[in-house]
Amino acid sequence: MSRLGAAPIDDPLLRVEGLSVSFDTAMGRVRAAQDVCLDLLKGETLAIVGETGCGKSVVANSILQLIPGNASVQGRVIFSGRDLLSLSEREMAEIRGREIAIVFQNPSLALNPIIKAEEQIAEPLQIHSHLPRSLSIQMAKDMLRRLGLGVGGVAESFPFQLSGGMNQRVMIAAAMILSPRIIIADEPSKGLDRLLARQVAEELSGLRDKMDASLLLITHDLLLARDISDRISVMYSGEVVETGESQAVFDHPLHPYTKALLDCLPQRGFHPIPGASPSMIDPPGGCKFYPRCRYKHDKCMQRPDMTEKRCPNEGMDREVRCWLY
Amino acid sequence: MSEINPGLDTDAIAMAIHEGEESKCKKDGEGRTALARFIKKTSWAAKASGLGLALFSSFLAMAALSSLLAPYDPWIRFEPYLWPGEEHLLGTNDLGQDILSELIYGSRVSLIVGFGAALMATIIGTAVGLFSGYFKGTVDEILMGLTDIFLMIPQIPLIIVLAAFLRPSFWMVALLMGSLWWTSTARVVRSKALQVSEMGYVRAKRALGFSSLHIMLSDVLPNICHVVMPKFLLSIASAMIAEASISFLGLGDPATKSWGMMINFAFSRGGFINGYWWWYLAPGLCITLFVMSVVLVGHFLEEKEISTLRLE
Repeated sequence: MSRLGAAPIDDPLLRVEGLSVSFDTAMGRVRAAQDVCLDLLKGETLAIVGETGCGKSVVANSILQLIPGNASVQGRVIFSGRDLLSLSEREMAEIRGREIAIVFQNPSLALNPIIKAEEQIAEPLQIHSHLPRSLSIQMAKDMLRRLGLGVGGVAESFPFQLSGGMNQRVMIAAAMILSPRIIIADEPSKGLDRLLARQVAEELSGLRDKMDASLLLITHDLLLARDISDRISVMYSGEVVETGESQAVFDHPLHPYTKALLDCLPQRGFHPIPGASPSMIDPPGGCKFYPRCRYKHDKCMQRPDMTEKRCPNEGMDREVRCWLY
Repeated sequence: MSEINPGLDTDAIAMAIHEGEESKCKKDGEGRTALARFIKKTSWAAKASGLGLALFSSFLAMAALSSLLAPYDPWIRFEPYLWPGEEHLLGTNDLGQDILSELIYGSRVSLIVGFGAALMATIIGTAVGLFSGYFKGTVDEILMGLTDIFLMIPQIPLIIVLAAFLRPSFWMVALLMGSLWWTSTARVVRSKALQVSEMGYVRAKRALGFSSLHIMLSDVLPNICHVVMPKFLLSIASAMIAEASISFLGLGDPATKSWGMMINFAFSRGGFINGYWWWYLAPGLCITLFVMSVVLVGHFLEEKEISTLRLE
């Protein structure tokens, strides 16, 4: 799984630069993401982890311009030399599905209830590649077989006849059928039991390897992120607070939030983080985490920058947004 | 619902039917045969809709097989003002034409006008509702503004005026009604399209890079068909009534024999005054029965939709 040292330091496939997303609501302006920077390298899996409501899904959806109209988006998302945020809906339609595919959470709601599974998987082939119906259905069935759903008439079933896990795989099949270069998996484990979630994630990364694609995995399942991904970005209250190689982040978390988050795991003592997540409408000035931080000091009232830190024993770059480093 | 047609209180008709059915079934509720048990088990609404469906299909058969069913050519003249008898089951009119044959052939015209107008209204209404519900924003504002304008037009008077100036023909009437009666369908479809286009699968289809038109036609429309269908049926009912009213007022096509036209002739040529009841009663009953059958089926579909919504 690990690609330590082998990762080429060339241009990233997808670069998110200073992405800020805010929503105007009746309650006020919700800052869902602030100054998010991510690099997705070719062939790697990058996991974005964080608690519910920290802006992970917002980042994923803004990459494909799939956020509602009341949002204002700043920053740039560079993909093959173009800024995706500046593209029109029509140009975006060219990218969606063919270049970048997204697998949504809650698969049972993300499939059309009155269309058979095989038809939904074959649809992208018919629309984008203009393949005849019979051939595309055949390819859809092949895809399902690769995902372990070749038997039992799954292909001919409607989504309401299938279980959540099966639907999730149908979703994945529909997203992967055009061999996109990037797969964004938005909480693929949500609504599935632990074992199934892991299976789905492993299938995703297996497909990633076969298709030579990159995977952007959005999850709150820390162990899943560690096992599946090459690198992890930890988000807190709309900001990326730490990015680094997965195992290294797990073994030596630098940011106090990452440390606290890892301490929440049952394996590490099940210590909850004191306090509550800050409001996204009126976030604390300075470091977002300082009201709950164990190591806070005077300087934390100011906003820390993302600092690069070279870890001596791992030889991998880490980025941390904390005044301690 | 009643906004589509000021002359028809669909709810009242459905209620009356329900009550009638209910009292009848209470009397002979002790049936022992399998059929009786089956009838007892099904709900009142389902029974009424079964009756409606039977009526509806027999009218359709009547229109489709007119030339086989009608005993005579409706234009052949026999002795005028004949009472209903063996030779002429429903008598003859002032020109000596067989009323039963007229009635059977007239079903074609009346049904074509009803279906044509309803089909057109449903297509326009669905398209308007779908676009405004899916695109929202400015498109929605413009289309719903347009709908409000059409809703304000007094429809029957406008049709009367237009029919008076344009050459009266039954397809013209159908066209006019179709282009005026789409408003309530548009509103219903819009509200459903608003709901469906927020569903996860519509977002998922956008994420697969499909065009808006494709998503609207293959994902949104099939999921709102079940609200369009009852609207379509109820539009048929109102279109038929309107056609009859316009024909009765003498603004219909005098060269075609529709049910409304038959009543008009009976009225203008002394059928009412002289008490030739067979002349106007039969077409009147046919209109009533057909409209009732459509309303029964339409209401049943609508009720089913509401009850599934409640279950959700």
